[in-house]
Amino acid sequence: MEKSKLKIKSWKKAKIEKVVEHMFLICALIAILSLLVIIGFIFAKGLPAILKIGIVNFIFGMEWKPSEEVFGIFPMIVASLLGTAGAVLLSTVIGVFTAIFLAEIAPNWVANIFRPGVELLAGIPSVIYGFFGLIVFVPLIDKWFGGGGNSLLAVIVILTIMVLPTIISISEMALRAVPKEYKEGSLALGATHLQTIFKVLIPAAKSGILASIVLGTGRAIGETMAVILVAGNSPILPESIFGRVRTLTSNIALEMGYAFGLHQEALFATGVVLFVFIIVLNLILNLMLYRMGEKA
Amino acid sequence: MRKVRIADSILKFLIIGSSLISIGALLWIVGYIVINGLPHITWEFISTEYKGDQTGILPMIISTAYIIGLSLLISVPIGICSAIYLVEYSKPGNLIRCIRFATESLAGIPSIIYGLFGYIFFVTALKLRMSILSGSITLSIMILPLIIRTTEEALKAVPNSYREGSFALGASKLTTITRIILPSAIQGILTAVILSVGRIVGETAALYLTAGMVTRIPDDIMSSGRSLSVHLYMLAKEGISFEQAFATATVLLIIVAVINFIANMLASRIKKATTAR
Repeated sequence: MEKSKLKIKSWKKAKIEKVVEHMFLICALIAILSLLVIIGFIFAKGLPAILKIGIVNFIFGMEWKPSEEVFGIFPMIVASLLGTAGAVLLSTVIGVFTAIFLAEIAPNWVANIFRPGVELLAGIPSVIYGFFGLIVFVPLIDKWFGGGGNSLLAVIVILTIMVLPTIISISEMALRAVPKEYKEGSLALGATHLQTIFKVLIPAAKSGILASIVLGTGRAIGETMAVILVAGNSPILPESIFGRVRTLTSNIALEMGYAFGLHQEALFATGVVLFVFIIVLNLILNLMLYRMGEKA
Repeated sequence: MRKVRIADSILKFLIIGSSLISIGALLWIVGYIVINGLPHITWEFISTEYKGDQTGILPMIISTAYIIGLSLLISVPIGICSAIYLVEYSKPGNLIRCIRFATESLAGIPSIIYGLFGYIFFVTALKLRMSILSGSITLSIMILPLIIRTTEEALKAVPNSYREGSFALGASKLTTITRIILPSAIQGILTAVILSVGRIVGETAALYLTAGMVTRIPDDIMSSGRSLSVHLYMLAKEGISFEQAFATATVLLIIVAVINFIANMLASRIKKATTAR
């Protein structure tokens, strides 16, 4: 009697264990499910619009006039790419040099004050960057170069500051992960500290630095609200760096509130194009890491 | 030799210059906003509603709190359970690779895409309207990768000897997880929660499209509510009042600074605990 009761109890326990394990699995599958549903909905809503408008007309169309059912996003693609490229270029230069400073040059106490600063920079809500850009950089650009200040240049400046912390912290980690022997060997061969940094440490930390750049690119191309505040938002090709621009992301946020019908679908199509950029970016990242792994 | 010295000093100049730009940008932004914002933060600003001639941010604070609470309520249990599965149960294979890939991809999707998805799925298709609920579910998907990844790290940091000891005493896997592993990893899990709060507080684009912009105090989770970040966006975009915008931005900065401080404190405590082991 006692024995069979015990058996039932342990059987019940084993069953509970199994049920809980499945519950954990289901939770883990939610991530996959969410990704599929998001991609499914965006593409299901956006792709028909692209086909209706015509791929060429949509991607290479120079005019965006929802009231006349003309939907061309070429100027916005250009604006997104130029803004992102400019910002990533600038912040890579500044960010990698700053990472070198933190990892190699700065005394510990300086780095320990500096680092929380970089973390704070990473945590500041993007809309604050946009507000700061609107109130400080836009008037400055207007004063120095004219043209109102809302411009591609303002976008680049704001995005540069936003991307900086990503590049600094990941590059610094990559530099610190380089084995000490590399550095000691180079110094022992008579190279100066700076020669060692640029000829030994940076090549050794290349994959980490590149990863930081790709992650930064993702952050820049996806930024919306900060960009809206400083870009001027005219859906035309900018004549110069001081011209007003509208990016892919801001196009969605600006018009989603009142769009319906084909107009709304065209905004989803804009999202599809943005999505494709992100996917390409991730492929590049994976390919790069794969190649690095092959070499090493 | 001289060439080397010149090159070295140029590089040194660039390194120092870049570092000054980085830290200068931070000091400039934070300084400018706090100096202009702090004088406008009064008890009245924080504790009154936004209607008539009142310009307080109480409704936005309440909406933000609602959204934080609800998003965490959805995302934290799912995220922790996912991490437990990934670390404690899963065997290497295609399924795990898929889950990893999905988590990474979710982390890379721009927030405006989340907003777009939330708008068409939760707001329109499920008819939840622009509401705290729609916004929170959308954000809970957005912060899921962050929670999973941080919790995973915390679980992995629990030494294997803990598990072995527990099994040796006859404890089942589930008992080991709930009694031994989770308590040891609690600070790492708290870090995940804190970082998520930071992400939610800073989010604008996704909430703008899913939770709406109504400036009333929300009655329940089905009413629309404007978060602090969205409020700052509206104030700046519509040029309503730069004074209020500065003050709101300062409140946001203070929240972010506190969050970073807590996260750092937790991190250093975890580091101490692991070195003590």
